[in-house]
Amino acid sequence: MSAIEYPLHSVAAGAQQKWSGDYLFLIRNLALKDFRVRYRNMSLGMFWSVLNPLVMMGVLWFVFTKIFSNAIPHFAAFVLCGIVPYNLFTTSWLTGTTSLVDNAGLIKRVPVPREIIPIATVLGNCAHMSVQVVLLLALILVSGMGVNRYWWWLIALWPLEIVFVTGLVLIFSALNVYIRDIRYVVESATVVLFWLVPIIYPFSYIPDRYHEIYQFNPIAAMVLALRNILLEGVAPPASLLIKLTFSSTVMLLVGLFVFRRLRAKFYNYL
Amino acid sequence: MTSRPIIEFRDVWKSFHRHSGQLLLRAHVQRLASWRKPVERFDALKKISFRMERGESLAVVGANGAGKSTLLSLIAGLVPPDRGRVDVRGRVAALLELGSGFHPDLTGAENVHLNAALLGLGRKRLHDVFADIVEFAELADFIEEPLRTYSTGMTMRLAFAVAVHMDPDILLIDEVLAVGDHAFQAKCFAKILDFRRCGKTILCVSHASGMVQQLCSRALWLDHGDLLLDGAMAEVGSAYESHLKPAHAYTAETPRDSQDP
Repeated sequence: MSAIEYPLHSVAAGAQQKWSGDYLFLIRNLALKDFRVRYRNMSLGMFWSVLNPLVMMGVLWFVFTKIFSNAIPHFAAFVLCGIVPYNLFTTSWLTGTTSLVDNAGLIKRVPVPREIIPIATVLGNCAHMSVQVVLLLALILVSGMGVNRYWWWLIALWPLEIVFVTGLVLIFSALNVYIRDIRYVVESATVVLFWLVPIIYPFSYIPDRYHEIYQFNPIAAMVLALRNILLEGVAPPASLLIKLTFSSTVMLLVGLFVFRRLRAKFYNYL
Repeated sequence: MTSRPIIEFRDVWKSFHRHSGQLLLRAHVQRLASWRKPVERFDALKKISFRMERGESLAVVGANGAGKSTLLSLIAGLVPPDRGRVDVRGRVAALLELGSGFHPDLTGAENVHLNAALLGLGRKRLHDVFADIVEFAELADFIEEPLRTYSTGMTMRLAFAVAVHMDPDILLIDEVLAVGDHAFQAKCFAKILDFRRCGKTILCVSHASGMVQQLCSRALWLDHGDLLLDGAMAEVGSAYESHLKPAHAYTAETPRDSQDP
């Protein structure tokens, strides 16, 4: 027997809605839905997820080795180390931001915990982006750089990026319910981010005074760590990992806090 | 067991903004710029109090905009009240806008899984009732087809089948008995009567149709957010119908007047 008991104030009442169900089963089904819907109507299916970063990598490789020459070895792999975490981040951010509005029908009809919808959207997106991670690792092997023991770090790094983007998406999906322009802000921000993350330039080109700040950008930190591990075969510096862990955890906590403050009035605005 | 009410409303108020769909940045800036102009609100429910005992069946009648759907949303836990208190002591299955969680590109079976998970069913329990759901919906031959190939009636049958297999304590019904063909409607109605016999609590919203009169023993009459009447179905039903009469009488008399001269 469960009881839904509301205190006298509606803001607090929003936090009290009870849903007694199987959280993991629901998240799995929601993520599977996004995944299936994405691929069911594509004749080439997963191939598109691989093609997009390959085209991007090809263009950047052509421009920065044939038009502007540079001395960075394995430039194609170097660029892909930037594109894959960048893609994972931006596609999750974009689809996550509109997730509540896209699923307004669910929110208005089923008392599921609202957090589940942006979280499941991010996870579903990550499942589909994992093909690109496989592509990256395959290219590294094909380029003649072998597996080294630091590859274990990858198991911790990708989840940290997912934690970070989940926190961010909790904030932006909630804001997008109240102000529908938010998604366009995010679209512009991803363009800016492409240049703020060291995708086509190495970290060493960045002036020293920006180094510290750069490492607090989890996507930049992710790219740097990937290059350390995959291209240079060295462990990423501890300071980098600490900053990455710190900013991801903080972002998730802030995201949950903001989301809980905003969710009480979702129903009225959807 | 002591008979605590299964649903209890105590002085419940609920109002909504009239933001008239203006959700773009410009509207927000304009509102800030217009220096604290009070936001227009309307009260969907005004100081509503009632209680329902376990096993009761209650109909909510009233015109459009009377607050019937808001009342169901509060019981389903979709919105919190502004003031007052709503207590619900049991598992609620809401047959509100059936199939709102369905996706046309997923197969029937995939939609059943998703919808059941949304309604709170676990993996094991779904595994046990999945065959029953498909059988009840009479869709065994189509369950692996994408939902967009289904007719509206087939979709509704599937949604209804999932909802009634949730094993709820409280069933909320929002004028959804118009599901499928006559045979299936009869089956749905029989299923709901079954729920009543098992001592489940039923709450349905309607414009006082015959089916509801047959199903419910008690009724609430809502009008513009006020609770006008709370009593036996027959009593409230006839009061509500006679309230509606004048409007009907007027339209019915017009042609006869023209024949008189």
